[in-house]
Amino acid sequence: MQDKSAKTAEGVFFITGKDFANAGVASCELKSILEKMGVDRGIVRRASIAAFEAEMNVVIYTPAGMMRYKITPDYIKIVVEDVGPGIENIDLAMTEGYSTASDDIRSMGFGSGMGLPNIKRNTDELNILSIPGIGTTLEIVINIKKE
Amino acid sequence: MKLQELVDSLSLVVKTASAHLTKEVTGGYVSDLLSDVIANIKEGSVWITLQTHQNIVAVATLKELSGIILVNNRTPDADTLKKADGEGIPILVSSLSAFEIAGLLYNLGLRCR
Repeated sequence: MQDKSAKTAEGVFFITGKDFANAGVASCELKSILEKMGVDRGIVRRASIAAFEAEMNVVIYTPAGMMRYKITPDYIKIVVEDVGPGIENIDLAMTEGYSTASDDIRSMGFGSGMGLPNIKRNTDELNILSIPGIGTTLEIVINIKKE
Repeated sequence: MKLQELVDSLSLVVKTASAHLTKEVTGGYVSDLLSDVIANIKEGSVWITLQTHQNIVAVATLKELSGIILVNNRTPDADTLKKADGEGIPILVSSLSAFEIAGLLYNLGLRCR
């Protein structure tokens, strides 16, 4: 999709809800792209964690979504958009331990209410736009160069 | 400590990626909550869990773990085995509980960091 030696890259992954067989594929692919571009390992790790948690939220809670990414020498931007039920109360959703996951999902070790806090902890910027009944957009920025 | 040494000391059954037992194990972590593992496990660690579904392989790959130990004789799902072999993530099974495995690994000198 992009030149591996390039200094910038952009792309998109489509994510299917409830498709646990392919859950994590987008984040693992993004990690591999960042590694090939020679991005600092600590930054790759933070971006991969944020991407994985965002991807899993789409798989667990929504019918479908997509993850767009842009990598530049200065920052990594990941935008995850879904057509799910939306988040009623974002402040509550950001509280560690708060979860609306079903028992089935919890028994798999998901839905422990740590996803969004994990994303926040690993990113420099996190913007959440959510409209109940319409969907959620997560905009994540991780700085590569110190400002 | 190499993963092979853990396999020998704890009589673990190697289910996948037997060519990757030369990996260095730098620590250990016990949890069945995936987000907790993602947040707190250190790379190079071995992960002790009872989760057997395929998403544990994605977590291990993302966090660059040395391997996964399944406790209480848990059987990994067929898809999990396939993915772990593909990604080179050793899955090791023990009849012991998570508590016992963690205790034994601690005695062998492994720590959380």
